[in-house]
Amino acid sequence: MAERKIRVLIAKPGLDGHDRGAKVIARSLRDAGMEVVYTGIRQTPEQIVNAAIQEDVDVIGLSCLSGAHMTLFPRVMEILREKKAEDITVLGGGIIPHDDIAPLKKEGIREIFQPGTYTEEIIRYIRENVKPKGGGLDRGAGS
Amino acid sequence: MEDKEKLRKELERWEKGTLSRSVSRFPERKPAFETTSHIEIKRLYTPIDEAEQGYLERLGFPGEYPFTRGVHPTMYRGRFWTMRQYSGFATAEETNQRYKYLLQQGQTGLSVAFDLPTQIGYDSDHAMAAGEVGKVGVAIDTLADMETLFDGIPLGRVSTSMTINATAVILLAMYLAVAEKQGVGFKEVRGTIQNDILKEYVARGTHIFPPRPSMRIITDIFAFCKDQIPRWNTISISGYHMREAGCSAVQEVAFTLANAIAYVQAAVDAGLDVDDFAGRLSFFFNCHNNFLEEIAKFRAARRLWARIMKQRFGARKPASSMLRFHTQTAGSTLTLQQPDNNVVRVAFQALAAVLGGTQSLHTNSRDEALALPSEAAVRVALRTQQIIAHESGVADVIDPMAGSYAIEALTDEIEAGAAAYIDRIDAMGGAVKAVESGYMQREIGESAYQYQKSIEEKSSIIVGVNEFTVEEQPFKDTLRIDPEVEKRQRQKLKSVREARDTNRVKEKLEAVKRAAERTDNLVPPIIDAVRSYATVGEISDTLRSVFGSYQERT
Repeated sequence: MAERKIRVLIAKPGLDGHDRGAKVIARSLRDAGMEVVYTGIRQTPEQIVNAAIQEDVDVIGLSCLSGAHMTLFPRVMEILREKKAEDITVLGGGIIPHDDIAPLKKEGIREIFQPGTYTEEIIRYIRENVKPKGGGLDRGAGS
Repeated sequence: MEDKEKLRKELERWEKGTLSRSVSRFPERKPAFETTSHIEIKRLYTPIDEAEQGYLERLGFPGEYPFTRGVHPTMYRGRFWTMRQYSGFATAEETNQRYKYLLQQGQTGLSVAFDLPTQIGYDSDHAMAAGEVGKVGVAIDTLADMETLFDGIPLGRVSTSMTINATAVILLAMYLAVAEKQGVGFKEVRGTIQNDILKEYVARGTHIFPPRPSMRIITDIFAFCKDQIPRWNTISISGYHMREAGCSAVQEVAFTLANAIAYVQAAVDAGLDVDDFAGRLSFFFNCHNNFLEEIAKFRAARRLWARIMKQRFGARKPASSMLRFHTQTAGSTLTLQQPDNNVVRVAFQALAAVLGGTQSLHTNSRDEALALPSEAAVRVALRTQQIIAHESGVADVIDPMAGSYAIEALTDEIEAGAAAYIDRIDAMGGAVKAVESGYMQREIGESAYQYQKSIEEKSSIIVGVNEFTVEEQPFKDTLRIDPEVEKRQRQKLKSVREARDTNRVKEKLEAVKRAAERTDNLVPPIIDAVRSYATVGEISDTLRSVFGSYQERT
């Protein structure tokens, strides 16, 4: 019985259109064998959480380079809690000053990846810290 | 010819003798060397590499077709490039202070950064604006903000560049309305609006409307400006953001000029004479790390554009074929690690831009991998330009790199590579079609991914990131935007809304709507609307109701 793949939603909250990093990460995670959905730019926190639930993902990767992360990331966490979906691991990246990392982690963001991070490091982090849900069933393959 | 034959023989002798003896004992660092555009860099360039066409055809003289050597006859011996630092943050009050500081420090032109809600047509109190107000630029909701932004800055004497695209027509209207209040006539104002919507779909993401109505707004601006504000650059066709998104130097030239062709074609199709508007088109390029490739890139872009304008569009006036451009050093090359290294990167990039003949320049600040620049960091960035201008001596001779076998060969290769891409885009039906089909987006995504891989595999070395690393303290002292800014801005918007004549605003917005539904030029009714203190959001919503919104492909 094949193990279910880790499912990841890469999301761009807010109005920031810089999605080079988000796209590179989406592709790297895919190449590493994960199932990845990319939301596209300019998503509200509500849209992101809805997509995460609908796609039944294990991980949400939030990317923000506009400086709005202190408003948008906690808002995503808040809606996840409201919808009882806080089992989803949330990671963040982008232009995030050092002093913001601790407060974001306090809000429930598990890890923040700053500029210069290798995609390999993110892949390793996800593999070591995230177990795919759904009892090990590979939804594509059947059993 | 005789000389070249002799040279070829001598080169062969050198390769088989001196060179091969050396290489067999001391192998070269890599089996092959290449630029970001995968142009293979030879170990040695000689006159054999010179193109068939002669000097006059390829290079000519400064200020003359094909402008390879520069667009002005004296270049920097006459006047230095405009030192123009892109800046804006928080509210109009804070940004006005920063502008006055920069002008005092010797900056010679203004460059306005707007926040994302302003760029995407949302007022500061819109739900989509939450967290974004005043962050990447200054928040502008109404003419009242614009009056504050330029308070005490004489618009008849400075030139102002505004990075604004989907809402360019609204911000231009506000600028004109402020000038009017200062008693400065439309004919005197000088500046640039970015107004390049095609690259927004490709890379930067601040689009509002679908491509076709967006092209119509741009054509309306060309038509209005040629009669009313003759010293205004109506567009700044930008490769910068596509390069930041990951494309190569050749792709940057190709996609920028392909977009430019689409704008010129749209205006010609709308009935404008090419020589009536082409002289006010301007360009905006990135300056990345590969020093030689970047210098060659600017020269290649100038020559290719001149040929396109003359051959494809039949431009007669020399000014119509002149590629005038602004340059910004490459933000994406700045590292969080060892941020002082960024000062050095920026200096080399800025030098390449000057050697490439830029008309204006923004140098990035050392702290920009983490935040908007602090005042101290932006001063070093500006000083970098001043050192190049006043101390290095490179500005004293025109196009000093010309005639370098390597630079000329690279210039030829970049021109040919970009021309091949443009042919491909032509075959797809032009840039608008290529953007709609996601072609440029895919090409850029592929290059960005390969670049990241090359860093992780260490086939590209980034100093301080994947080599020469040290244990570091977290980088602090970055500029922070006070969360109170958003509240203050919303409060100001509320008071402007309460003080204005609501009926007059409604009436002016109706007029904008009517013009949008017909084919009337949109600029005059939008100027009228901003004078009534209609907001950026209200005018954008009026246009959305007619033009619809663009749905991104993912």
